Amino acid sequence: MNPVEKAQPKIKAEVKGLNFYYGTVQALKNINLQIYENQIIALIGPSGCGKTTFLRCFNRMHDLYPEKFYQGEILLPDEGINIIGPDVDPIEVRMRFSMVFQKPNPFPKSIYENVAYGLRVRGIKNRAFLDEQVEQALKNSALWNEVKDRLHDLAFNLSGGQQQRLCIARALATTPEILLFDEPTSALDPIATARIEELVEELKRKVTIIIVTHNMQQAARVSDRTAFLYNGELVECDETTKIFRNPSSPLTEDYITGKFG
Amino acid sequence: MEHTSRSFEIELRELKEKLLLMGGKIEEIIRDAMNSLTERDSGLAQEVINRDHEINRMELQIDDLCFRILALRQPTASDLRFITVCLKVVTDLERVGDMGVNIAERALELNLEAPLKPYVDLPRMSEGAQRMLKSSLDAFVNEDVELAQEVLNSDDGIDDLNRRIFQELVEFMEKDPTNVRRAILLSFISRYLERIADHATNLAEMVIFMVQGRDVRHSLSKSL
Repeated sequence: MNPVEKAQPKIKAEVKGLNFYYGTVQALKNINLQIYENQIIALIGPSGCGKTTFLRCFNRMHDLYPEKFYQGEILLPDEGINIIGPDVDPIEVRMRFSMVFQKPNPFPKSIYENVAYGLRVRGIKNRAFLDEQVEQALKNSALWNEVKDRLHDLAFNLSGGQQQRLCIARALATTPEILLFDEPTSALDPIATARIEELVEELKRKVTIIIVTHNMQQAARVSDRTAFLYNGELVECDETTKIFRNPSSPLTEDYITGKFG
Repeated sequence: MEHTSRSFEIELRELKEKLLLMGGKIEEIIRDAMNSLTERDSGLAQEVINRDHEINRMELQIDDLCFRILALRQPTASDLRFITVCLKVVTDLERVGDMGVNIAERALELNLEAPLKPYVDLPRMSEGAQRMLKSSLDAFVNEDVELAQEVLNSDDGIDDLNRRIFQELVEFMEKDPTNVRRAILLSFISRYLERIADHATNLAEMVIFMVQGRDVRHSLSKSL
């Protein structure tokens, strides 16, 4: 495509010179990357390459553990905020950058209370407002029709795929700007996986999405851009169609064609 | 570096070997078809015609292997380009085989009559087309972009020869109407050789795409 015809997407977050250490072990090395608004970026790479570590920087998950150390910046250019800066409240970051994990992890509560949880933490008590937000989040996660008549059933009664969509609804309820997915379908069957992938595509109209996946075909199917990490370094980030047809780096080539990893 | 999956590695090698085997058989077909004309050997011409089934069978086998790999392995990057190129190369090769059979068919007809003239330009043109075919197959095996580019550069020479042969045959026809039938058959053969060179050019273009991800067809250069 002629680059002139293509509008340059807006940068939602910009990673600049990001280093991350677990104690003395450096897990991320000088990562520089732009995350574009309303796009899906997939992070791929062999186990231990740092992709989950990288994802967790975006919602300050590492702050929950001792002996970790960030260097560099994850900037929100609109506001000029560095979200890994020491003066930024991690709780506020987590409201805006919601995470969905590998295995569905609903709380031992009702479907309704799972989705309302983040809003209640924010101190919202207005019942009508909560009802409306819960319904909207469940609709956006394509679960509403399946659960609307049993909102007060225990979340554990749902199937694996439904529980994962519930977790997505829970993540959506606080109207985050970026959704972080850490291998969201690795515990799901192919149909449930296809539903989540369909949903992810649908969601990108509203939010920006970063997805870590071991499944290369999944990265190829859902993402606009793909970043390949190896040994804590960003080897290559480009349009997904480029990465899977003609990557620039021989290392990327060897990884995606199944020669190592 | 080899693929971690040994069975995938073996499948890719099998595919490459099958294509090369087919390419080799087709080179023989063209050579023998031209010999059946220049040496007036109708037995050889008939034998060439009979080899068509074998080529068709190889085409089906290669197609089947490509589809199987696409379905089961979901190849990416250079593997993906290799498989898609194989699917196209096999079609071009099969067409070249058909051209060889067509040459043998025309040789059978020509061998029934006295030769119109000594064959000079046609063997030259045939050598050029065969050289292009061989080079494009070598370029495919060795992933040699430079050699593929040489093939692309040599197509014009074949086109020139084709025009010259046609002009000469027209003069024969104008001189004596009893020449017309043989001259037309010979101009067909010239045309088949020109088509073979075109298919070799296609092959060479595909080699460049396979190795570099650069599409050079139709005088456009577009990179993935």
